[in-house]
Order: sequence, then structure tokens, then C-alpha cells
Amino acid sequence: MIAKTLTTAQLEETYDMIAEAIDTAGDGRAVLFLAKLALALGTMTGDPAKVRAAIDASLRDLG
Amino acid sequence: MHTPDTRPRASIFYDYTIHPYRRPPEMDGTTGRQPVVIVGAGPIGMVTALDLARFGVPSVILEQELQVSHGSRAIVLTRRSMEILQQVGVAGPFLEKGLQWSRGRSFYRGREVYQMVMPHDEDDRFLPGLNIQQQYIEEYLVDAVGRSGLIELRWGSKVLAVSQDADGVTLRVDTPDGEYDLTADWVVAADGGRSTVRKLMDLRMEGRSYPGNFVIADIKATLDLPTERLCFFDPDWNPGNNVLVHRQPDDLWRIDFRLPDGETAEQALEPALLSSRIELVLGMIGKRVPWQLDWATVYSANTLTLPDYVHGRVLFTGDAAHLLPIFGVRGANTGFQDGNDLAWKLAFVVKGISPRTLLDSYSSERVQAAREICEEGGKSTRFMSPPTPGYRIMRDAVLSFTLSEDFCKDLLHWRTSRPHTYAHSPLNSFAEEDRAFGGGPACGEPLRNVKLGPGDYLFDHFGTGFHLLAFAGAEGLDDAMRAALRQAGALGVQLGVPMVRVVLAASPTPEMASLAEVVLADPDGRAAAKYAAAPGAACLARPDTHVCARWRTVTADGVAHAVRVAMGTVPGETK
Repeated sequence: MIAKTLTTAQLEETYDMIAEAIDTAGDGRAVLFLAKLALALGTMTGDPAKVRAAIDASLRDLG
Repeated sequence: MHTPDTRPRASIFYDYTIHPYRRPPEMDGTTGRQPVVIVGAGPIGMVTALDLARFGVPSVILEQELQVSHGSRAIVLTRRSMEILQQVGVAGPFLEKGLQWSRGRSFYRGREVYQMVMPHDEDDRFLPGLNIQQQYIEEYLVDAVGRSGLIELRWGSKVLAVSQDADGVTLRVDTPDGEYDLTADWVVAADGGRSTVRKLMDLRMEGRSYPGNFVIADIKATLDLPTERLCFFDPDWNPGNNVLVHRQPDDLWRIDFRLPDGETAEQALEPALLSSRIELVLGMIGKRVPWQLDWATVYSANTLTLPDYVHGRVLFTGDAAHLLPIFGVRGANTGFQDGNDLAWKLAFVVKGISPRTLLDSYSSERVQAAREICEEGGKSTRFMSPPTPGYRIMRDAVLSFTLSEDFCKDLLHWRTSRPHTYAHSPLNSFAEEDRAFGGGPACGEPLRNVKLGPGDYLFDHFGTGFHLLAFAGAEGLDDAMRAALRQAGALGVQLGVPMVRVVLAASPTPEMASLAEVVLADPDGRAAAKYAAAPGAACLARPDTHVCARWRTVTADGVAHAVRVAMGTVPGETK
């Protein structure tokens, strides 16, 4: 389970920021943008094991 | 010449009454001037009229139709709305007819991914939500208006023009007998989202409109399901969109779903398509039962408000003042709070006990409330009806996570309408005392109900006017509290302001009864604890029950000052 470290208000703010950034990135470039974002956030965690856990959680229920 | 429809509206569950149009006296030479004319006999206009009547202020309501509105519309009343209906003395039939609830469940890919439990305290008389069709809401209010003796409801009366000068407002009114002029000191525009008064005055709302249309359809069907709010995200038959289901009285069910992008309202309401979708919804909830359609319409989400609700002598309330998203039941529930804030202030101005500037606080308090709702409701709307590809993929990401993770589930819950806190109101005073309390309702918050015994709650004992809650504790009254209670009573007489003094004491005494209109036993200190009130403390609430001052040790001078600040006769503290 991914720990809930943000308050609901912070989570909402994060949600809005990323949604708007995806729109800013524009058509066809969302995947590149999200890959860069994931790499940057992964580096900020300083912990490859946390990145692995986030990848595993994110790979579930895609279909 | 205005010719309202005289045929009852079509419904399979509700018998519409055609109310009589009566020729107004102004058409036969009577020139009178009304203190208050309310445009629109919807829930907000009628509750405002009933609230004004509590203070002895008469009003005329103009309604262009001859019958209550079409369709179940508002359906969910919040606890706060029920408390307001209780204040104006009409909660009874709502409780008898309505279905109370407190829970919502959300589903995604056939699994329950989120349970919304709306807060409920043992001290609350009403559950967080009550479902009732708007026809009944309006019917019960029309009945109460008829009983009041101070309200004249003029059916079949359509406003054609509005003009005003410094002294009053003149409305040009069209009727089945032709036109006449009606002059009023004050006009309350409560004529709904498509407000004629707003259009005639050429006022613009600020904010945004969201793309995406939703269908509301009411069906009559026997479904063996509890009263709760069901939400289905991304169902197979309507990918990327969502479906809401609400139970209503009389075996009526509200189905609400977002249309696929690009589909028009006309296409969505086409009977064969609508029917097939209702079948799909019933299949989805596992209840393939016979059903009949009662009413259907299409809406879209807005977060719009007028920047000011006071325009000279014309005052805007409810949907005439703002258009808010339905997520979180923001429409009628916000409007009831507008009316409750406006009525006592307008009554005080009409009676000449407060200056006209008191009404400015109506505008500032309620515009701020609307703006906060726009902000909050905007978040819910961006989740329920994503306005861009970025918001859509984020919504899908959150839904996908909900199947295996909990951390983002709270995003599935749109916050529910609740009373606004007027923390920055110019009517509040003694801010430092307020901050010194270790809990309880702060300045600007509504008073909190307290269960005093089985079926017996604090609010049941309230009257009309300011309320001074005085907490006497086990030792009984001390001299400061005696003086404060005498002062409150004297202010009532000197200033002509209605004042209800409520003493809460461990053991009531005859002396208390001589100093207060209401004396309540609080043997276990339950009420005192709820208000974080030690013996000697008091809390002053405005007639809409929002706290405007409180003291750990009440004084006569404090009460005298706070009442005048809240009446707008002396300025409050500058912040």
C-alpha cells in the first residue's frame, strides 16, 4: 500500500497541477512529460525501492 | 397579456394543483406600497418570505406560473436546510415525507471502491441528507405561506420591467388581466437560474461554465434498496462517464448520468435512447424491474456568481444570485442559507431598527460563501466532468488506483454543502475573547445543536431573534451573568430587537426563569462541553443562529456592544 503522506487538500492541489501540466505539454507529448515527471520524482525519493513499489502499484489495473 | 398554462403538469406520481390567479387591487385603483416584494415562489423565495414573517414583516410573492415547478429538481436537503426549515416552523411535513440518509457508495468496474459517510453527531436532530421531490418542498412551503397571514402569493404574475430610484422599486407586472405597476421599498429576486430580474437589470455573473451535459431522469420503480447515494464511475455502457442514483419518496428514483461528449440534449432525451440507457442503469444495479419515466431534463455544471447581491433596493438570492454545481447538493441548500442570512437583516432595515448598510453584510457574507463553493465545487466538477484531456487522464489514474490502493480515494468524495462560517463578518465582535475559547462554535459559525433528552434538542427551544446562550454551571447565576441577562432583556425593549435569552444550568431556579425566556437543565454539562463554556460564559448568536460574539465571562457592557455591532448600528473591529 502506498502511504497517504499528503493531506486531501494537498492531494487535490497535486492532482490539479499535474492535470494542467499534461494539458500544457499538449497532444502526443503527455507520455514524454509523465516519464520525465516520474524520473524527477523518483530521484527526489532517493530510494529505488520506493520507485519499484510505485511502479508495481501503477502497473495494476491498467486494462 | 400573460397567459400561464392552466393545465396541470404531467406527472405519474404528483397531482399538480392549479392555484387561482386573483386580480390584484392595484389594477382597481389601489395605490399602495409594499415593504417587500419577492419575485419567484420557488423554495428560496418562499422560505425568505416565511423568515421575514417571523419578524412581522409582510411580503408579496410574484409567481408567473399557477402551479409548483416541474420535476423533482433539488431533491436533497442538507441538515442545515432542515434546521432553517425548523426555524421558520415548517420542518414537520418534510420529516414525514422525506427519506433521511447519511451514506454514499461508489463503484468502479463492478467493485465498491469508496464509502462516503457524511458526518453525523448524536447531538444533531436531523441526518445529513433528506431526499424529497421539489414538488413537495414547494407544496409544503405554499401551505405555510397561506397560513402565515402576512404573505400574499400572487400566482400568474410575470415581471416585465424593473425600475428603481433612491426611494423604491417599481415592477411592471403582467397578468391574465393585463399589466400593472407594483411599488416596493425592497425587491428580493428569487426567480431562479434564469432570473428575469437579473436579465432585466443586465447583471453579469462571474466564474466559469464546464463542458459536459448530464441527464436527470426520474423513474417510478419498486427497487428494494436502502436510501443512500450510489455512484458508478466509468460503466461499460457509458465509458469515461458516471452515473448517480438517489432514492426518493413514492418509489421514485433519480438517475443522473453524464452524456458522451458531443451528444446534444435533444439526442439524449430522445425516448428510445433514454429508455435503453435507463434499462442499462437498472441492469448495472442488478434490478431489471418494470419502470415508468416521470420526468427528464439535461443540465450542465457552472461555478458562477454575481459579484454583489445588493443592487440598490434589489436583493438577489439563490440561483438568481449564483449558479453552482450540483455535486455536493449546492443549489437549494445554498439558497436557503442566503434567505436565512438576508431575512433578518432585511426585516431589521424595514422595521427601521438597523441602518440600510446592514444589508451590505448580506452581500459580503453570501458572495464569499458562493465563491468558496465555486472553488470547492469546481474541484468536484473537474473530477466528475473532466474539462480537458489532462483532467480526464488524471481522473482515470485515480480510479485505477482505487482498485488496489487507498491513498487517493478521498478524491472520489465531493464535499457536501454545509453552513458557511462568517469568520470575517463585520458583524462579529470580541475577536480576542473568541480566540481564547478552547473549542465550541467560533464567531461566524452556526450554533451547535445539543441533545437534551429523548427527542429533545437545544434548537427545538429557540425562538425568533438574537439568542444569548448563558452557561450558568453548577453554582447557578453570578452577578455578572445576572447583569448581562438583564441588559439583553433591556436591549430588546430599547432597540426593538427580538431577543431570546437561554440559560443552561445544572439545576434551573425560579430566578433564572425571571431573567430568561428559556431555561434548560444541563445536568451533565453536555451543552456546556459542546460550547467549551465554563460557568459564567455566554455565546451571542444572530437571528440566523450564526455566532457573533462569545465571552468566557460575560458582561452587560459586552452584550450591549456586541448586539449593536451585529445590528450594524455601531462599527465592529477593523481587521
